[in-house]
Amino acid sequence: MIVAKGLTKKYEDFVAVDGITFSVKRGESFGLLGPNGAGKSTTMRMIASTSQRTSGDLTILGKDPNKFGPEIRAHLGVVPQQDSHDRELKTWENLYIYGRYFGLSRKFLKAKIVELLEFAQLTDKRDTKVSALSGGMQRRLTIARGMVNEPEILMLDEPTTGLDPQARHILWDRLFRLKEEGVTLVITTHYMDEAEQLCDRLIVMDKGKIMAEGAPAELIKKYSSKEVLEVRFGSKNNAEAGQKIAHLGDRIETLPDRILVYSEDGEKILKQIHKMGLEPQTSLVRRSSLEDVFLRLTGRTLVD
Amino acid sequence: MSAQISEAKLTWQGSTKLIDLNKVRLWGPWFVAEYRLRNMSKWMWALIAFGLGNPLLYLMSVGIGIGALVNKNLGPNGIDGVGYLTFLAPALLATAAIQAAMDETTFPTLQGFVWDRSFFSMIATQLRSRDIVGGIMIASAIRCIVNTVFYELVLLAFGAITLESIPVLSFSAIFAGIAFACVMLAVSSYVEEDDGFFALVGRFIIAPMFMFSGTFYPLTSLPIYLQWIGWISPVWHSTDIGRNLSYGHAVEPWLMFVHFAYLAAIMVAGLLVANRKFGMRLNK
Ligand SMILES: Nc1ncnc2c1ncn2[C@@H]1O[C@H](COP(=O)(O)OP(=O)(O)O)[C@@H](O)[C@H]1O
Ligand SMILES: [Mg+2]
Repeated sequence: MIVAKGLTKKYEDFVAVDGITFSVKRGESFGLLGPNGAGKSTTMRMIASTSQRTSGDLTILGKDPNKFGPEIRAHLGVVPQQDSHDRELKTWENLYIYGRYFGLSRKFLKAKIVELLEFAQLTDKRDTKVSALSGGMQRRLTIARGMVNEPEILMLDEPTTGLDPQARHILWDRLFRLKEEGVTLVITTHYMDEAEQLCDRLIVMDKGKIMAEGAPAELIKKYSSKEVLEVRFGSKNNAEAGQKIAHLGDRIETLPDRILVYSEDGEKILKQIHKMGLEPQTSLVRRSSLEDVFLRLTGRTLVD
Repeated sequence: MSAQISEAKLTWQGSTKLIDLNKVRLWGPWFVAEYRLRNMSKWMWALIAFGLGNPLLYLMSVGIGIGALVNKNLGPNGIDGVGYLTFLAPALLATAAIQAAMDETTFPTLQGFVWDRSFFSMIATQLRSRDIVGGIMIASAIRCIVNTVFYELVLLAFGAITLESIPVLSFSAIFAGIAFACVMLAVSSYVEEDDGFFALVGRFIIAPMFMFSGTFYPLTSLPIYLQWIGWISPVWHSTDIGRNLSYGHAVEPWLMFVHFAYLAAIMVAGLLVANRKFGMRLNK
């Protein structure tokens, strides 16, 4: 569905996307994981055929977006990072006008809007002005809007950023359904839990480059250990304690607020720390996540 | 979720195709215009109140008040051999048409690029930037036409214009309205953020254009160092055309040509610049 080879985007001299290569298959749920400024949105805009690439090859649905922008866009659903509804119009009207941009008939849209409002759980907000909808509702409306043309690929740029946990879970549930229905999804996020939940396969991006590629479980297995022990000695003491326990586990990362010890058995490491006479203020054993993969690859955390 | 209500039988790369691209190519600007009109309808009462209130206000104060004064001092056929209201009408119409048309290119452009970024969602569909430009201009023209007709009905009711003069006055006013709206579309497309730019435009460009364009008295009675404002102002070109066509105010043929050429030129230039800038901003 999507094939990118050496895809590059420069804004004047600044390289936002630096020669990335990847491909997305039909029915797959593909993720772009990376911190702010990694170049995710820029990549999405190039795929969405609304931004000209500087160099490299890009084929969407078998066509070059530079030459067939409108043809490709007719078959894509786009959920941009920022919601862009007409706030004076009602919920249904925003879906309607967007459908009209695709030249869809009034009759078709009438039925489609009922279906989309149902999907987005906005049926009772049909006649509410968009300016009166909550952030989560507006986000769901944007997603519903992106599906009005029954796209072959649905592109979601940070679908849940800025939402509270409950609103995020509602959205995840909706996206899961789409995935089950076999819609090809391309999702960007800087939340590792989102990437783990929604993506079959993902690329980890940083500073315009791809750092790693694979299924979430694969990446965790490859770049991290099974368990992580998080211990906190207080921000002043972490560095010193970090040096003392540096020999424990497979690997350790000392962050300003905590120390992460990677190993197969976190509890065992914790016991060893206690045996050394060190008393962490708090301790927690958890499974490795994509966050740890990112930390391993870049030395930085995803969300700062 | 989609199969049962899909309407399309067309296919694209083997799968059924919902969207008829040829149709959209042809109608793209109209879909944008349809949205603009829907957006306008939310402000309909304000538009009607403004559209009718504006001529009423002018007729009461300037037309009847000052007109009485002019007619008293210069006789009932003081300027151009016609009553003052007849002299004034083409200028009022041109100004109102310009204001209405440019309101529908300046604010929507700012809204689309800055306020709610709606242009960026339009360009994510198969619409092209020139469809957006076209759609805004269509909606602006429609508002301009409706506004002008309303205005003329009021002028007609007050006896300021005759029924026969309506077609030519409509033409001169709407031509100028659309031409200047194209210019403002181009200007607005360069605005990066909402920094009160349009308040400045209103104060330093629109107001003088109205005051010094032979609106209330012939341009030639202005001191020569102010007459240039009339020359660059679409209001004067439109008013001169309107006066000539509606009651036979004398205009040299070459000057008539200049009037038409000027308005046509700013219209084309505005569209070209806007088209280019829209394309650049929407395909970064
Ligand atoms: N239109 C633009 N002009 C100049 N620089 C841009 C533009 N859009 C994005 N950038 C820069 O490109 C980099 C990548 O941005 P973006 O793709 O939005 O990252 P992400 O979505 O991963 O947060 C950032 O440093 C950003 O400042
Ligand atoms: Mg982004």
